[in-house]
Amino acid sequence: MFLEVNPLVLPDIGLVVWSTIAFLILLIVLGKFAWKPIMKGIHEREAGIADAIASAEKVKAEMAQLQNENEALLAKAREERAQLLKEARETKDKIVNEAKEQAKAEANKIILEAQAAINHQKLAAITEVKNQVGNLVIEVSEKVLRRELSNKSEQEAYINNLANEIKLN
Amino acid sequence: MGKNFKSLLVAAFSLGMMFFYNSSKAQDSVHHATEEHGKAEGGHATEGKFDVTKTILEHIKDDHSWHLWGHTSLPLPVILYSDKGFEVFSSSNLVDAHHEPAAYQGNYLYKTVEGKMKVVNADGSIDEAATKKVWDFSITKNVASLLFTVALLLIIFLSVANAYKRHGVKSAPKGFQSFMEPLILFVRDDIAKPNIGHKYAKYMPFLLTVFFLIWINNILGLVPFFPGGANVSGNIAFTMTLAVFTFILVNINGNKDYWKHIFWMPGMPVAMKIFLAPIELLGVFTKPISLMIRLFANITAGHILVLSLICLIFIFKSVFAATIAVPFAIFISLIELLVAFLQAFIFTMLAAMYIGMAIEEHHHHDDHEPHYHEPDVA
Repeated sequence: MFLEVNPLVLPDIGLVVWSTIAFLILLIVLGKFAWKPIMKGIHEREAGIADAIASAEKVKAEMAQLQNENEALLAKAREERAQLLKEARETKDKIVNEAKEQAKAEANKIILEAQAAINHQKLAAITEVKNQVGNLVIEVSEKVLRRELSNKSEQEAYINNLANEIKLN
Repeated sequence: MGKNFKSLLVAAFSLGMMFFYNSSKAQDSVHHATEEHGKAEGGHATEGKFDVTKTILEHIKDDHSWHLWGHTSLPLPVILYSDKGFEVFSSSNLVDAHHEPAAYQGNYLYKTVEGKMKVVNADGSIDEAATKKVWDFSITKNVASLLFTVALLLIIFLSVANAYKRHGVKSAPKGFQSFMEPLILFVRDDIAKPNIGHKYAKYMPFLLTVFFLIWINNILGLVPFFPGGANVSGNIAFTMTLAVFTFILVNINGNKDYWKHIFWMPGMPVAMKIFLAPIELLGVFTKPISLMIRLFANITAGHILVLSLICLIFIFKSVFAATIAVPFAIFISLIELLVAFLQAFIFTMLAAMYIGMAIEEHHHHDDHEPHYHEPDVA
């Protein structure tokens, strides 16, 4: 038989048995205490790395979105500020103009009132003067009439005296 | 690299020493023979005779003791089972004071003939009938080397597994762990995943064990001195065992499609189906047999090549032959280091491929050609 020609290709039963035992020991012991924890460890690490990368990407995307939002917000705020300033300026101008006009109207009113009052006073004063002048004329006339008879010179002095007494306010 | 080179030099040197010892011994016996004839020229003619085949085969084959150096051998336990029961004795009983095989009286009268245990008669002739009754379960050189490998693998990978527990999984691998992890990842990502698919995890322990067992054995086989030097992965018994494990794993995991493709190939005319069935059935067995022979032949061939180159020195009996033979032997040894990895890879990859073929799920049966690719590897 061919197998007996060359001892190299004739398997020894002893080595077959020992190989089987050795391989089974390795398969069972390493399978339970080495390959399982090693594969688990590698798998967990890989999962951890994948997770870390995924979360980093997510954070990056979130950051970008946040930045965009911030920029939009900033632009909006700037616009609002400009709007506000514009409105404030307008309001200011309006208030100032209104105030000016109101002041003008008030001043006119005061002036008119003052003028009316002055006129009124003037009229009253003139009336008073008229009345007093009338009274004085009557008084002087009375006194003149009473003194006319006694002395002419005295009369004249008296008249002068009277005339001096008349003081127009 | 420097370390390899040095160890190879030591290897070459120690091999040389062994050969020198053997050849001088051979010469002695030849001398005795020629002296009887009393012819000087005859003596001169046979003096240079150096049996290359015998020397190389002695180094390739298994042995009951482990040769260490010079005249020192490590005796190993011999375990025999016969119709008279088990018996255990030291292999040192099987050699005499001159390191020649000697008969030992156990349950039978035992003697090693070319490394094999034989039952001999009192006159020294082999009793074949009695030999057939004796089963040899000895711790031979190969078994001892294999057990050493097992211990080595257990120490290495249990400590690596421990490192994962100690350092936690979030930190980078350290020390030996960082050396082994890429190899484990290589087996997973380049062997298991592409060939088996998403169910790869179940087969990882088998593939990893096979890969590292073959690889470490291949490398130890290249180390020329103790505790290396045994030719475990180049022994057909060892490769047969691994192939049988692969065969069992493939066929107990084979699904309905796998068996259907063997016995009743879909998408073929009935005549073709009948024709293909025996071929496919044969393929079930040739696949593991090819695994067995490929590993055995590659590793043994490598050993024979290195030993042949070293033997050139003794054939030419010239120190100048060494200047050519030794660099060549070193070169081949370096290639063998590559082959050691390559053969472990190929064995594991083919095992993964056979598993993948057995558990593959076919979704389109109608327009389907059998995709049956036997990879083209040496």
